[in-house]
Parts: sequence; C-alpha cells; structure tokens
Amino acid sequence: MDSCKTQLYKCEPKNTQEYFSRFRIPSGCAIFGIMDEAGTAFSGSSVIDGISLMRERSNGLGGGFAAYGIYPQYEDDWAFHILYDDKEAKSQAEDELGKSFKVLFSEEIPTRKVIGVEDPPILYRYFLKSASSLPSRKDNVNGADGEARSRTREEDYIVDFVMRVNRGITGAYIISSGKNMGIFKGVGYPEDIGNFFRLEQYRGHLWTSHGRFPTNSVGWWGGAHPFGLLDWSVVHNGEISSYGTNKRFVSGFGYECTLSTDTEVITYLFDLIARKQKVDLELIHMILAAPLWDEIERMPEDIKQAARALRILYGSALLNGPFSIIVGSNEFMYALNDRIKLRPMTAARKDDRLYVASEEAPLRLVCPSPDYVWRPGGGEPVIGRIKRAGKKEGHKAGAAVKQQDKGK
Amino acid sequence: MALKLTESEFEIERDPDKCISCQVCVRQCSNDVHDFDSDDDIIISDSQKCVGCHRCESMCPTGALKIKEREAQFKTNANWSAHHLHNLYKQADAGGVMLTGMGSDKPYPIYWDHILFNASQVTNPSIDPLREPMEIKTFIGKKSQELKFDNTGEEEKGFSIKLNTRLSPQLELSTPIMFSAMSYGSISFNACRSLAAASSGFGTYYNTGEGGLHRDLYKYAGNTIVQVASGRFGVDADYLNRGAAVEIKIGQGAKPGIGGHLPGEKVTRDISNTRMIPQGTDAISPAPHHDIYSIEDLSQLIHALKEATRWKKPVGVKVSAVHNIAPIASGIVRAGADFVTIDGLRGGTGAAPQAIRDNVGIPIELAVASVDERLREEGIRHRASILIAGSIRSSSDVIKAIALGADAVYIGTAALIVMGCHLCQKCYTGKCNWGIATQDPYLTKRLNPEIGTRRLLNLLRAWSLEIKEMLGGAGINAIESLRGNREHLRGVSISDRELSILGIKHAGEPW
Repeated sequence: MDSCKTQLYKCEPKNTQEYFSRFRIPSGCAIFGIMDEAGTAFSGSSVIDGISLMRERSNGLGGGFAAYGIYPQYEDDWAFHILYDDKEAKSQAEDELGKSFKVLFSEEIPTRKVIGVEDPPILYRYFLKSASSLPSRKDNVNGADGEARSRTREEDYIVDFVMRVNRGITGAYIISSGKNMGIFKGVGYPEDIGNFFRLEQYRGHLWTSHGRFPTNSVGWWGGAHPFGLLDWSVVHNGEISSYGTNKRFVSGFGYECTLSTDTEVITYLFDLIARKQKVDLELIHMILAAPLWDEIERMPEDIKQAARALRILYGSALLNGPFSIIVGSNEFMYALNDRIKLRPMTAARKDDRLYVASEEAPLRLVCPSPDYVWRPGGGEPVIGRIKRAGKKEGHKAGAAVKQQDKGK
Repeated sequence: MALKLTESEFEIERDPDKCISCQVCVRQCSNDVHDFDSDDDIIISDSQKCVGCHRCESMCPTGALKIKEREAQFKTNANWSAHHLHNLYKQADAGGVMLTGMGSDKPYPIYWDHILFNASQVTNPSIDPLREPMEIKTFIGKKSQELKFDNTGEEEKGFSIKLNTRLSPQLELSTPIMFSAMSYGSISFNACRSLAAASSGFGTYYNTGEGGLHRDLYKYAGNTIVQVASGRFGVDADYLNRGAAVEIKIGQGAKPGIGGHLPGEKVTRDISNTRMIPQGTDAISPAPHHDIYSIEDLSQLIHALKEATRWKKPVGVKVSAVHNIAPIASGIVRAGADFVTIDGLRGGTGAAPQAIRDNVGIPIELAVASVDERLREEGIRHRASILIAGSIRSSSDVIKAIALGADAVYIGTAALIVMGCHLCQKCYTGKCNWGIATQDPYLTKRLNPEIGTRRLLNLLRAWSLEIKEMLGGAGINAIESLRGNREHLRGVSISDRELSILGIKHAGEPW
C-alpha cells in the first residue's frame, strides 16, 4: 500500500478509544477455538492455520487470540497485557501498577515484523502479585470458605483496577488480566496478528481466536477481539439486538460498558453470572440463550421449574439476536449459539481435543479425521473442561457428545 | 328554550329526504336531544343538549343524521378561548367545580409521537414472526431472589437439576397488555364482564378499580387484579384472596391528589352489595388513605395485604405520575411493592375536576423513563415490575413504553373505545348512550357482553400480532430483550433536554 495514502486515512490513535466508546459497532466475524481437555499444551500454529482459512469472514480490521496455560512459570500471578499509545501513557499506567501490585517481571511482548500489520502500539506484559492476594487473618478463620472469599475479593479488585485504568488513563489499555493466560490482538487479519505475536512459539491447552469484519473503518488495537477480563476471554460473531437491555442489566451490578461492543457486555454477563453469582455452568445457556416458553412447557418437571425460574429472573440477561460465542477460561471452554441459531457454529472432537469454529472447513484442516463433527443446535452449549486426576469429568461435555451420537 | 349564554358545541344535520321519522334517535338519546312532534310528524333536535357521542348517527337506519362539531361563534381571541368562555358561563350558572370525564384532551406533547422504533438491516437479520417463534409472555412481580439448585442423581440419569428456591409470586401475562382499573359503578356490569371475560380468554388481567368484585365475576377471579383504594369499598379477606394480585391505589393520572365520588343515585342494589355500602349512599373515596400519611405506612399496608393473602399474591401500588415520581417509585419499591403502576397525565377517569385533569401531573413517557432510570441507578429495578397507564393508544405505544423500561401496560380508554365509546367525555353524567359509563338498565343493555368480549379479544390479538411484527423487525424474539432497550428508540423534533430525560438519542445518531 502506498504509504502516503495510508497516512492520509490514518486516524489519530489517541482518539480511537474515545471513538470506540461513543458508538456501538456491529461486526461480522470468524471464531475458532481448540481445547485439550487433558490439559496438554500445544503450539498456537494450529489455531492460526484454522482461523486463516476463514479469511473472508474478516476484513483486516481486527484479529486476535486468547491463549491459556502459556505462562506456567507465573501460574499463580496476574498476567497483564497492556497496549500503550505512547510513553506518557506507559509511565502513568506503570505508576498505577506499582501502587497496587508487586511487579515480578515485565517486558515488551515479543513480536516480528509482518506485512499487513502496521503501526503497532507499545505492547507490554507484566506479571504481578497483588498486595491483597495475601489472605488476611479474618479470612483464615474460616478455612476454605475464607480462601474463596479472599479470592473473590482479589478478583473484584482486579476488575476495578482494569476498569479504572482503561477508563482513566488516556492511551493505556489493559487487554488481558488473568492468570497463566494472555490475549494477543491487533488491527490486521488474524493470521497476520498471530505471526506478528510469534504465537507458534507459545504452548497452551486452550486457544481461541477471532477475525473481525467491523462495519466501521477505524482501526484501534484495543477494539479487536477477544475481549478479556480476569481469566475470561470472549470471541463472538454476531450482533446482539438486546444490547440495551443487557447493558442496563449489568450496569445495575456496577459494570460500566465503555467500549459499546457486544463482546464486552457478554464478558460482563459471564463474569456476573458465572463468577459472582456462581450459577452453574450447566445452567448458563438457560439464561443467555433461554429455551422458548413452549420448550420449557415440555421439559421434565424439575428442569422445567429451574428453566422457568431462570428465565423469569434473568430475562434481561437473555442475549437476543444472532450470535455464536466462545468463552475461554483456565478451566473450561464454553461455546454457545443464539437460541434460533442465526449464526453458524460447528464443533468437533478428537480424543481429548474439542474444536469449535464458525465453519467446518477449518476444523477439518487442523483435525483431518475427527471422532465426531456436529452442529450444535440453537441454545445448546458445547462445554469442554479440564479433566483433572481424581476429579470427575464434566458430564455435560459428555452429554453434548451423546446428542451428536443420536444425530449420526 | 331558556336563555343560555353558552353556545352549542355540535350541529345536528338531519337530511329531511332521508329521515323516515322512525324515532330511533329519539329513543337512543339519553340527553333528550331529539323529540318527536307527532302533530307534524317530524323530529326536532336541540343541539344545545348534544354531547357529541354519535350514538344517534350510528343507529340511524337511513343515514339521515350528521353530528358536526360546531365552530365557536365567539369573536376570535387567542387568550380567551371558547373553552374558557364556556366554562365561565357554566360556572356562573351553577357555582360548582367543572367536571369532566376521560383523559385530558389538551394539546400537551405526546412523546410517543416523537419516538421512532428501530429495525434490523444487514448486520443482523430481522425475524419473521410467521415462521419463527416470537415470545411476548410477560411476568409481573419481584425478580430479586437468588436461585438455589440441588443437583440430583446426575451421574445415573444424565442432566438433572432441582430448583430449591420459591419464586416471589408472579402474574403470567400472555401479552404485555392489561385492562386498567375501572370500577363497577364507574362503568356498567356488562362492561366489567366484557373486560373480565376477555382477560380470562386471552391470558391477561383486568383490574376491579375500587368497585369491589361482583359475585357473577368470581369465575374470572384468576384474571382479576383487586384494588384497595382509599374508600376500601368491597374489600374483605375473601376479596383479597380471590384476586390474582392486589393493587393499592394511591392516585390516578387524571386526578392526582384527589379522591373519588360515586353519587348515591348510581349506587344500585347490585353496586351496594358489591361495594359493601348501603344502597343509595354516596361512595366517597378520600383523597389520601387515612392510614397512609407516609411511606412507612404504605409499607405496613403492603405487608398487611401480603399477610392477608399468605404471601401468595403480588401486591402493587398505583400512583399518578407527578413531578417527583422517580423518588416516589423508589420509595414504593423499597416499601416492598411487587409492582408499581404509574398513571400519566393523559390517563382517563369516570369523573374528575377539569382543572386537575388538564393541569396536574406529567406525561407518562417522561415518568416511565425517569422511574426506570432511577430504579436502575439504585440497583433495585429487579425488585419490582413497572406497569404504566395513561393513554396507550396503539401497539406501537406499547412497544415504545416497554423499550423505555415498562414491564407491561394497562389500557383503559382504548378498551372502552373498542366497546363503543366515542370519547364524548360525559362519563360523569351517568347517561352514557353506549351503555358503558352508566347504571341505567335502559342504557346498559345496549352493551352486549359477548360482543364486548369478542371485540376486546380481537384488540388484544391484533396488538399482540403487531407487537410481534415490530419485535421481529428489530431482530428480537422475546419481549424481555426489549425491556429498557432504549438503543432501539430515537427521538424526532424534541429538545436535548427531553431526549436526555427519555434517555434516547435523536434520529440520525447511530449506536
């Protein structure tokens, strides 16, 4: 591309975050996720290969990856990936980090020059111990219960910190804030972003990725997906018609949507429902993609009562409109379609690996002979969980397989 | 004809070529406008008495009658309008309060007509309600409890779960539309029966107003919201327990701050039984509840009613939309109400002082927007449903109301119009020619409850279909995803201040 021309159309990076917060930008997308339920780590190259096959589902204005299990040396510490527009923003953010955390290690995120990825911001990662991660005397009294409470408090603290920095420091943007995981994203096609971040050199047990087709022209690295908060990462293809309702719902619990993207509000819903309100993972689809009332009527009595109660109470959390999402966390991968399946999503299994993608082709590319391939129905979750020694398998993951067996 | 300073408001045009002197008009008019002169075999009409209800025109078998609004003949004056002159002459004649009926007809801004709804294009698909499920089922009641589940036998039987929380009582509506509080007394038994039967037939609710519950309507009790107002007419434990929900009436949009008065001549034997008051006595509802002089008193009444109904029924509170409505609603929610009904400036009534109806309160659109906003800010929106009333004229008003934050709407005037009302605003005279706002048996039999029911059912069906079409067009297939979804609304030609109170953007602004 002619460099003069690029210059002509370039936006001032300082204004982009503000721009993103002003408008809600719908976008079409490609999503892809791979999880190894045995917890075996594998390189990021297969996920790059998979997403690259869906190049025409993106338009070069955003691509990204979430990788879990990539920082085993800092397994119990907070790993922050931060984008900076300039050194000023970096020093301000680092001041804040210094006040709230003990910085164990920090470095520029290693990248390579790639054609198609231009003008990257300053990309830094930090490994942090929070001052409040030491359990207090009060918590210790109650043993395991106290530990859980102390963990929740620490997570709430991280959420507050991330929201404070992202809202308050111009030009600094925390893109991932979990443990032993990281989000890598930017403006470009996803496979180029993957190469740029040298993801083939990382090994993780769960990878998700996203190629973006936004309907606006401003490229801002922070606006690419996955969207992350704590361990959560969300990649999403769709446009949520219930956005206003969902936004108002989470705002009642203190989550302020600053980016005006569907992915952001989905992440907050997950954080609220799964982490804070501790709703069982097996029930979340009855909230986010609630079954139809006449389906509920036909359910067995116990499940019917549960589904009915969830739908009555969580009506404002129903995601309405077309979507397919993959939510990643250290423990599980969760994929879900809207309740009438207005966006494509295909899943496959091979041994311990669970694959989910917008299309079947990329699955076949990275996993040529899967045990099963199936298209999950609307509102039917696909859940992959880490199998731990001595711990029972996630039964729903099994149920999903059973369902597709029937379909064969 | 006695000398009158007032002019007639209507002109009665009778086409002598068409009139066959059948005297239908004479018999139909309860205001004695038409008189048959047997000597000359002609009908003489006194337009001074005409209220403009169009009953005679509708019933005339030859189409000989035309009731026209008469242009005021007073000298044009932008300040002293004909309306003011009429009122002054009438008040000088009688020395009383100017009474009126139905909602205000003054040209206050109608925000529904300045709000536009959204539809999907390209980036997400619109949904065809003829082919895809489209859900408008609505639940009214408190939504705040934490759900607890027991996992039972999941290893053996596959996925199984048992709910271990009892939900607060909920009203289940098959469409987010209910019939407003209209008492037996203010309207006829046939009108009440039509409302009750239609609610039951469609799966929604009607409201008794302060008229008690007539024995013959017990069979529709499952679709009845029983009201407890300041006069406590017809209220006893049986009444409370028969209803599906209880509504405490504090105020009404047409007459905020004042009570009600059903004159003794309307208190027939049937009404006296239903209201539990002596026959022929005036039924006076005081302006305030004399046991509620403050919010904590309201809380006590809410809890007393919950106790009386064994915590099995939602208990709500109806207030009129006044300036401080947001904090008032917040107080009501904190006092324990399961739903808050807000009745706006343009809400209807059987009788109200004109000065109050036309000058007190605020438009319902602004009220619902600010109440929803305030309850969300305070984190208590889920603790109660918001019902709104006060001139919901069409399905698009319903859609806009829900997107502004209402859970469901009450319709009163629209339901009466469906049964024949022509908005002559003379409900308080008890002479309703359409058999609705009257207790005169000669008039009430004009409303056939079977036909009334069918017409109301048709209205609910038609609006529900239209709501589904609009929802689908916006890419939404469940009404709960529209609630408070102001992103789907845009204002046209209203000020920044109004937009900010409504919490919506102006047309032309993207997301």
